Amino acid sequence: MATVELRELRRVFGNLVALDGIDLAIESGEFLSFLGPSGCGKTTALRLVAGFDRPTSGRVFLGGKDVTHVGPNRRGIGMVFQAYSLFPNMTAEGNVGFGLKVRKQPRDSRGRRVAELLELVGLGDAAKRYPHQLSGGMQQRVALARALAIEPEVLLLDEPLSALDAKVRLQLRDEIRRIQIRLGITTIYVTHDQEEALSISDRVAVLSRGHIEQIAPPAEIYGAPATPFVAEFVGTMNRLEATIADGDRGEVEHGGTRVAVDAARGRRRGEPVLLLVRPETVELSAAGVDGHDLIGEVLSHTFLGAVTRIKVLAGDAEWSADLSVESASVLPVGSRVSVRFPAASAQLLSLAESGASPAAHPDGR
Amino acid sequence: MRRRIAPGAVVWLLVAAAYFLIPLVATSIYSLRSNETGTCCTLANYGEIIHDPAFWKSIRISFVLALETIVIGLVLLVPTVYWVNLKLPRLRPVIGFLALIPFVVPPIVYVVGLLDVFRDTPDWFYAKPYGFLVVAYVILAFPYIYFALDAGFRAIDVHTLTEASQSLGASWRTTLGRVILPNIRGAALAGALLTLAIVMGEYTIASLATFDTFPVYIQYVNENKGFPASALVLLSFGITWAAMVAIVLAGRGGAQAQVGGAR
Amino acid sequence: MWLGTLPFFAYALVFLFLPAGQVMVGAFRDVEGGFTLDNLRTLFDEPYRTGFRQSIEVSLVTALVGGLLGFLIAYAAIREGTPRFLRSALTTFSAVAANFGGIPLAFAFIATLGTIGVVTQFMTEQLGWNPYDHGFSLFSKTGVELAYLYFQIPLMVIVMSPAIDGLRREWREAAASLGASSFQFWRHIGVPILMPSLLSAVILLFGNSFAAYATAYGLTAGFVNLVPIQIGFYLSGDVLDNPHLGQALAVGMFVVLAVMMLLYVPLQRRASRWAR
Repeated sequence: MATVELRELRRVFGNLVALDGIDLAIESGEFLSFLGPSGCGKTTALRLVAGFDRPTSGRVFLGGKDVTHVGPNRRGIGMVFQAYSLFPNMTAEGNVGFGLKVRKQPRDSRGRRVAELLELVGLGDAAKRYPHQLSGGMQQRVALARALAIEPEVLLLDEPLSALDAKVRLQLRDEIRRIQIRLGITTIYVTHDQEEALSISDRVAVLSRGHIEQIAPPAEIYGAPATPFVAEFVGTMNRLEATIADGDRGEVEHGGTRVAVDAARGRRRGEPVLLLVRPETVELSAAGVDGHDLIGEVLSHTFLGAVTRIKVLAGDAEWSADLSVESASVLPVGSRVSVRFPAASAQLLSLAESGASPAAHPDGR
Repeated sequence: MRRRIAPGAVVWLLVAAAYFLIPLVATSIYSLRSNETGTCCTLANYGEIIHDPAFWKSIRISFVLALETIVIGLVLLVPTVYWVNLKLPRLRPVIGFLALIPFVVPPIVYVVGLLDVFRDTPDWFYAKPYGFLVVAYVILAFPYIYFALDAGFRAIDVHTLTEASQSLGASWRTTLGRVILPNIRGAALAGALLTLAIVMGEYTIASLATFDTFPVYIQYVNENKGFPASALVLLSFGITWAAMVAIVLAGRGGAQAQVGGAR
Repeated sequence: MWLGTLPFFAYALVFLFLPAGQVMVGAFRDVEGGFTLDNLRTLFDEPYRTGFRQSIEVSLVTALVGGLLGFLIAYAAIREGTPRFLRSALTTFSAVAANFGGIPLAFAFIATLGTIGVVTQFMTEQLGWNPYDHGFSLFSKTGVELAYLYFQIPLMVIVMSPAIDGLRREWREAAASLGASSFQFWRHIGVPILMPSLLSAVILLFGNSFAAYATAYGLTAGFVNLVPIQIGFYLSGDVLDNPHLGQALAVGMFVVLAVMMLLYVPLQRRASRWAR
């Protein structure tokens, strides 16, 4: 039985459709992330699950029960907010123990549980400090301990790391995942940072403009994006318009050249498609005499630390290729190169299905 | 947390609104009552006031007093607040302390000392409102002018502006006049409007020092004529209201409306 | 460098500290010019004793009642669920009403609840119940309290609004997600956090009421026994024999207000600690 279920959940504010009827089921113990740009509806969805907001239509189920009209204090959820949610007039201990106090748990068992949780989040010796005496990272740990203290059915986190420094963010996100696995608690995590979502989730739901573009495990989201939006939002992706040239051998035609793409097999000849190729799979080499490859000119080098990103203009399309620093050094700006990629690693998206061309998506990167 | 309208709160606010509007409505009704019959409805009260030269004189005195207070107050405080913000942050607590003094030395206490100290000063100062009263009003208004100006200065980055101006070759005078002052116009205006409201409403010092300002005139009419005072009350309220609205409009630059001293 | 601030401090010295100091010193002088504590001792006799008592009573009542009502009004306006325009209207109106005091306010109340006031007449004619027949009078301590509330409540609204605004929505939601009811939230979080602001605001209201002169004078022409009114009598020449008594009264007021200030300042600092 799914622990969390959303059925045709819709939320409208005036004439703004924040959520356009989403359906979703989350299994017990699963870590699901809502990923998307600001305004996509992910926080709205979370708040509907938490009970801080009522849907315009649709239903929310927690543990099989319809909680659509139940207040947030009776849903059995634990929530971690982005910032500022610790009660300033209580110590870390006081904050963590608050939910238990409200449930009238006796002081001794309360104290033990609080100590246990503070240990769990690594703040055993900060128990008596007040929020303003704690760093941002520590505050969020207390917030997490506080939410877990009441043993909720579902843990909800609303961009808990956005307000923190990069280093602290990396550290904390691994810890959150570790704790979640250890406790086996069903978790919904909202973020706009796709690296974050991909690194710690069991599944990721990518949202845009109030609907779910794709729900899948991280590898699939990254390797096999289901829509142009997902392809563009997650990681860097080369996106080129092409046409199916040969549905039997698996070839597409782009910019006058035929390229082998396995995913073209079984498709109709002439079908317009979007060719998706990850930069790390693109191979560049000095242009030879062989006329069958895509030929282009190197536009720029960008040093990214582990790799060098090379931009190539081939035909009227721009390609990004991630090469090792050594490989990049032999292909200076202005040199002619041939662009190749493994036939199996490219994805195709039917342009006819998706309707609007990717250029129309406003949040492209 | 619902985003629907909370009916309880709205009802409660409307009740509060009624409490505050009723005296004004009652005053308006009074202003239409005739002195002879004690009932509605006549504009005679308004006419009586308009034709009373003492009314115009008192308004003029109060208004000029306000202007003088504003000018002197700004002249004294603008440089002070500027320096405190720019170079002398350590003076801030001192001035903050001074700004609390009106709380501990209210007008009724202040006037006792004023009359005593300045009793023997020459007539041109002591007996004229434009001398004695202005001096007192500047002190009364100073906390409000100060906080308004300070808010304005804090909203602009005084250090950066001054340094930028100087690095471009401007003298102190040019910096102050051309760069700083135009940017605190809103705050100065807010301070001025607050002062206007305060001076136009100040009764305690004016009456006990026996000057014929506008509020003193209102009390005179209140004691001697009855109904016509209502017209003056509405006018007084209107002035305060206009000043506050102007402050809120001008205060999109950071100043806040505060309490004046017409108690 | 700091010459720019000099004019102001010089001005304050001459026109603020000098008169204030004069009052302090004069209170301890007798008619011949020698030092005495008699003036201050007289403050404990009638009618001054009652004057202080009534002034304190009026101030307490208007501070507490005004504080409570002002807080409720401010909260009603600021919480979610109230239309935005009501909140702006309240802010502007509070700024005006807090400044609308003194003689005009006194007259407005006379027009409302005086012997032939509009509301009085309405109650007499339409409801058959004349408050003046039942012991009520506007021209009394009660009337003064009623009138004072007119500027005390808005003052409370103005002073408390920032603090109520500072009650982060996240705290409310976090408390709810942890299972707390509305009452539990206020009891454990809301009120404790607001308490320093509330207390300092009430103290401010007390001081404001204690020092008020014009409204009380306008209502009663000096027939209510309050300390500012007594000082007014003294200055109008009604107290003939001992000119230093008025100064003693002023020092008495100053002491009360200074005590209030000593309570107010640390509370204010505490309140701002949590305003983040």
